[in-house]
Amino acid sequence: MIARVLVLLMLWPGLVMAQGFAGLGTEADGFSIPQRGAAFDFPADHGPHPDYRIEWWYLTANLEDAEGRPYGVQWTLFRSALAPETREGWQDPQIWFAHAAVTTSDQHLVAERFARGGIGQAGVGTDPFEAWIDDWQMVGPDFDNLRLTARGADFAYDLGLTATGPVIFHGDDGYSVKSAQGQASYYYSQPYYDVAGTLTLPDGAVAVTGQAWLDREWSSQPLSDTQTGWDWFSLSFDTGDKMMGFLLRDEDGTAFSSATWIAPDGTTTAYPDGAFRAQPLETHAVARRVVPTRWAVQLPDRDVDVTVTALNPNAWMAVSIPYWEGPVLIEGSHGGRGYLEMTGYE
Amino acid sequence: MTWAALTALLSHWRRNRLQFVALIFGLALATALWSGVQAINAEARASYDAAAATLGESQFDQLVPRAGETMPEDIYVLLRRAGWLVSPVIEGRFDGDTGRVRLVGLDPLTAPGAIAPVGLDGDTDLGAFLTTGVLFANAETAARIGEAAPVPVVVDASVAPGVALTDVGIAQGILQAEGVLSRLIVARTQPMGVTPLETLVPELVRQPAQEAGADRLTDSFHLNLTAFGLLSFAVGIFIVHGTIALAFEQRRSMVRTLRALGVPLRTLVGLMIGELVLFAVLAGALGVVLGYGIAAVLLPNVAATLQGLYGASVAGSLQLRADWWLSGMAIAVLGTGFAALGALWKIATMPLLASARPRAWAVASGDSARRLAVCAAALLIAAGAIAIWGQGLLMGFALLACLLVGAAFLLPGFLRGVVGLAGHRASGVVGQWFWADTRQQIPGMSLALMALLLATAANVGVSTMVSSFRVTFVDFLDQRLAPELFVRLEDAADSAALETFLIANAREVLPLMSVEIEVEDVPSDLFGVRVGDTYREDWLFLADTANAWNRVAQGDAAVVSEQFARRAGVWIDDDITIGALGVFPVAAIVADYGNPLGQILVSEQAFRAQFPDLIPLQFGVRSDDPEALQRVLVETYGLSEGAILNQARVKAFSVEVFERTFTITGALNVLTLAVAAFAILMSLLTLAAIRVPQLAPVWALGLTRRSLGGLEVVRAVVLASVTTVLAIPLGLLLAWVLLSFVNVEAFGWKLPMYLFPGHYLVLSGFALLAAGLAALWPAWRLARTPPSDLLKVFANDR
Amino acid sequence: MRKSYPGAEGVVEVLRGVDIDLAAGGTLALTGESGSGKSTLLHLIGGLDVADGGTIRVDGQEITGLDDTGRAALRRSTVGVVFQQFNLIPSLTVEANIAFQARLAGVADAGRLAHLAQALGLTPHLSKYPEALSGGQQQRVAIARTLAAQPKLVLADEPTGNLDEATASDVLDQMLKLVRDTGAALLVVTHSPAVAARMDRQVHLSQGRLA
Repeated sequence: MIARVLVLLMLWPGLVMAQGFAGLGTEADGFSIPQRGAAFDFPADHGPHPDYRIEWWYLTANLEDAEGRPYGVQWTLFRSALAPETREGWQDPQIWFAHAAVTTSDQHLVAERFARGGIGQAGVGTDPFEAWIDDWQMVGPDFDNLRLTARGADFAYDLGLTATGPVIFHGDDGYSVKSAQGQASYYYSQPYYDVAGTLTLPDGAVAVTGQAWLDREWSSQPLSDTQTGWDWFSLSFDTGDKMMGFLLRDEDGTAFSSATWIAPDGTTTAYPDGAFRAQPLETHAVARRVVPTRWAVQLPDRDVDVTVTALNPNAWMAVSIPYWEGPVLIEGSHGGRGYLEMTGYE
Repeated sequence: MTWAALTALLSHWRRNRLQFVALIFGLALATALWSGVQAINAEARASYDAAAATLGESQFDQLVPRAGETMPEDIYVLLRRAGWLVSPVIEGRFDGDTGRVRLVGLDPLTAPGAIAPVGLDGDTDLGAFLTTGVLFANAETAARIGEAAPVPVVVDASVAPGVALTDVGIAQGILQAEGVLSRLIVARTQPMGVTPLETLVPELVRQPAQEAGADRLTDSFHLNLTAFGLLSFAVGIFIVHGTIALAFEQRRSMVRTLRALGVPLRTLVGLMIGELVLFAVLAGALGVVLGYGIAAVLLPNVAATLQGLYGASVAGSLQLRADWWLSGMAIAVLGTGFAALGALWKIATMPLLASARPRAWAVASGDSARRLAVCAAALLIAAGAIAIWGQGLLMGFALLACLLVGAAFLLPGFLRGVVGLAGHRASGVVGQWFWADTRQQIPGMSLALMALLLATAANVGVSTMVSSFRVTFVDFLDQRLAPELFVRLEDAADSAALETFLIANAREVLPLMSVEIEVEDVPSDLFGVRVGDTYREDWLFLADTANAWNRVAQGDAAVVSEQFARRAGVWIDDDITIGALGVFPVAAIVADYGNPLGQILVSEQAFRAQFPDLIPLQFGVRSDDPEALQRVLVETYGLSEGAILNQARVKAFSVEVFERTFTITGALNVLTLAVAAFAILMSLLTLAAIRVPQLAPVWALGLTRRSLGGLEVVRAVVLASVTTVLAIPLGLLLAWVLLSFVNVEAFGWKLPMYLFPGHYLVLSGFALLAAGLAALWPAWRLARTPPSDLLKVFANDR
Repeated sequence: MRKSYPGAEGVVEVLRGVDIDLAAGGTLALTGESGSGKSTLLHLIGGLDVADGGTIRVDGQEITGLDDTGRAALRRSTVGVVFQQFNLIPSLTVEANIAFQARLAGVADAGRLAHLAQALGLTPHLSKYPEALSGGQQQRVAIARTLAAQPKLVLADEPTGNLDEATASDVLDQMLKLVRDTGAALLVVTHSPAVAARMDRQVHLSQGRLA
């Protein structure tokens, strides 16, 4: 029965994760709409924006153990509002849900949580920073120093995060355009976390270190009617440069692309539609879908011409609204690691 | 060539439209009964599961307050933030326009597995459900709520009776219980490494998921319905077999001609198979739709039955599911294949120059009658062997199959015998001719009569089974729910005081004390009972020894449940070792339905001696005026109303429920007989063409067409009566197999069989009526046959 | 007598005014081509069918106005019909077949039945069923059955049409002899000149009229 509820949630306007993007409304229904040139206000903007429909705190980490074996970790908290307001108690229209995953080359462990706001089961506070749902949390004294925990039936993790660089803004100073029609979101990232901590896997605990990338994004009408899904890359090159790029696939076969180049010192360059290119090289059948798990990625302006390969092609997020998300290895003009997220593959 | 051959083959059906109709409708009806019963079963089961899950009690562990009725909702958040996957529930009652309604508040976001407000469909506004509030209730409950609805009511037939479902926050508001919860549902799978509950919430008690006794009863009910569906299908297959056999016989000459003209046998057989598959698919589709109709008509009754029986609710509406289509079509095609196998074989092996004249079909000749009798004997012997030595559910069904097919094969011989005997006794010339002629009709009517035999036997069997089920269940309720009131305490410290108060105010007080214990390696509940009038008068034994209760009261013996006895391999007078209590002889066996645990009863004294610390928290109370005592307990003694269960009401409700079962059984009875009547009608209509040459001489010699027609009806009724005579014992055997063999194999307990001669009389009456009605039209046609048609028989140029 | 049937090309007049007399004890052959109406005439006389006009008297009784029941009674006791084929009741033994009409008419007499069976050479076959007999034997059973009921008028429609020449002659001999013994009248419909020649009188029917 919960599945039916989730079908509803999935169809709810504003749930970007849905494969059924085409079902998402583009009307704002009283919700606020991102405006170009709006100034960010921290730490308040690290917290929730209940007058926007959808928002997330989206952390991915590329880790390795003492033997150099690679691991991926995901921790995502979503907020989806039924109405642009908050209330005390059960009647709060703010719904929270979260996904956590650990990926190794041969395992992909997933858990998911649901909660509603208003009763203390889930939420985000800014002073001190804390984002939580049930016992999963991302808490700090502040946004630069966080402790990240989550657990499912067969895994758990407890990681410390320390930011070694600044928060960076995508698009036009954090105003990220998502389609030719002008749909947009507020979008900034903290791609400079150093990570150390423990993964608890079915075979036992593993000490790991590595880097994490946290995305913050909120909007009320993120996609246009004809966009069917997206392919999102966050790549950290061995040179210290980083790149975020995404394709928003249209039902007519074309795609809208966008990218941000992040120099080692945190200065960014935003690239408009068409500059960033990504083509599937290889597909993999998982969960009765066919998903590209090896990509040719190019950003000619920065001489980037790389092959991006999934660490574990079976990194399927078998949650209520399923998608593919997992760590990737980079080869070619640049070496490095990163994360790939793909939605809307049916 | 293929096309020409196909055209020729198909032309047969154009010339014999009746046969075509019989084939398609016979198959369609068979499929319809099968898929109808399947549909009812599937839908009932699905909805029952959903409803049981709604109540959350059968599937999941629960956390309830150790004392009091409620807990603060902070406990919920505390547990969630400690990692525990629990979901909040608040329960209470509110006043509707015409009665009180049980309100259940759930959280759809955290409810595990299948639990959540049912009926949240695409039309429902989740935002409204979570924030402003919506109540889900079935039509009856919705009517009871009426204008008193605190928030809009959505009618949903799948909500359990008397219950309104809503969001937990909305429920708190309606119940004016802000900030509190009644209980928490514990998900089956929990995250790794969570802190134990005892440490986190010592104030809560974890109640294990209840053993779903009702499930077992429901399963038994479904199993029996499935058996009934199979029987119905068998009835239909007899029609199809008859029709196909006839059509193939009649086309023998055509097959010969086509082969003589150079169509290869392989092509011919291939074409005929193709033709049959086409028909099967057509008829199957028609049957599934018909079955859907049957199910839709019957479903309200099934829903009512299950709803009443188990508090489970069944959605009143029905969806035509893909798997019914599939299973319906599959069974139609397989059934046709099965029915056509023999006919196709005959065609395939027929020598090119064999007599092309249609032989009297199927079981016509004395030879094949003898062969049938031999088969029947073999099958019945096999049935006997299985009954004696067989074990396992599969064997149970094999036994059913052997019995049914054996009896069906026996029928032609039996009919010949009885009719032959009657012919010898007949004195008048018309009488003698009638019996001789009837005897001659037996081969042609055999298949239809076999269908009637199975239909009647199935009806007798199922009605016996359902009635026995009912009688047993009511007895069982009488004995288990004998105490009019059932009082439950939360705090052991109150036990003694309550018992004193009850003894002063009630006729008999029965403290309920039990422990879970393994006896003879069987997990069991051991009860200490206060042997008194209630046990002596209301408990019925399946088997007992002299003075059983006296011996129990003196601490010399124990009473055990049937499941225990069967699993431990003991019976009365055997000794069992009950842990530290020592060795007790079994004084008696009681029936206990749907309980996976064994039950052992010893005297209160023997029990207390071993478990002195066990304070009874539950009391059965006998009272002549339970309503008054209930009031006294609440108003004077101060018990909460929720602590008292008025079992008299529960019992009355349960008994009423079985009456509803009869509505379904009755409806299915009529349907199967209708199918059998259809078979008879089709046989008679097909025979009509053969009949004219047989009847023409009699007419020419001086019988009117009207009297010949009348005799045709009498003949059908006579054949049906003889068939019914065989069907009743067969039906009883069937019931015996279902109750004593299949049920034991499937559920571990045997249902005693009760006989209901009145029912059988009515069913026989129905069978005769069906046969008579089926014969009416062919007889009328015969009576109206123009003399010229009769004369054609004698015509020179024929 | 007149009789017409609805046919494929409109109403077909089968009999267009035919007058025939046959006295008790007399024998008459009715000949004609196929479709000349001779079988129809026989059916009308036997109460098997109803004439459109004219009168038929059998044993002094006017039968044209009889209803279904009356005609059934006529068939039972006054007239006996021997057909070319499909004469017998397949579900009864030869013995029961022979006795059948006599018992229907209430004139069964064991001695007479035995005599008829004897005379027609059927005694060894009495307990057999018709399907076990040859064509000639079956026809003898039909004759025995008809005569056992002691009808006033015996009607025979091509009684030997399905038999070979020798058997036919044999059967005809026996039939004529037995009919004469009972004093009944015999009307035989046939297209065989040989059969017709054995009768006292011959009448030829052509296109529904007497030639």
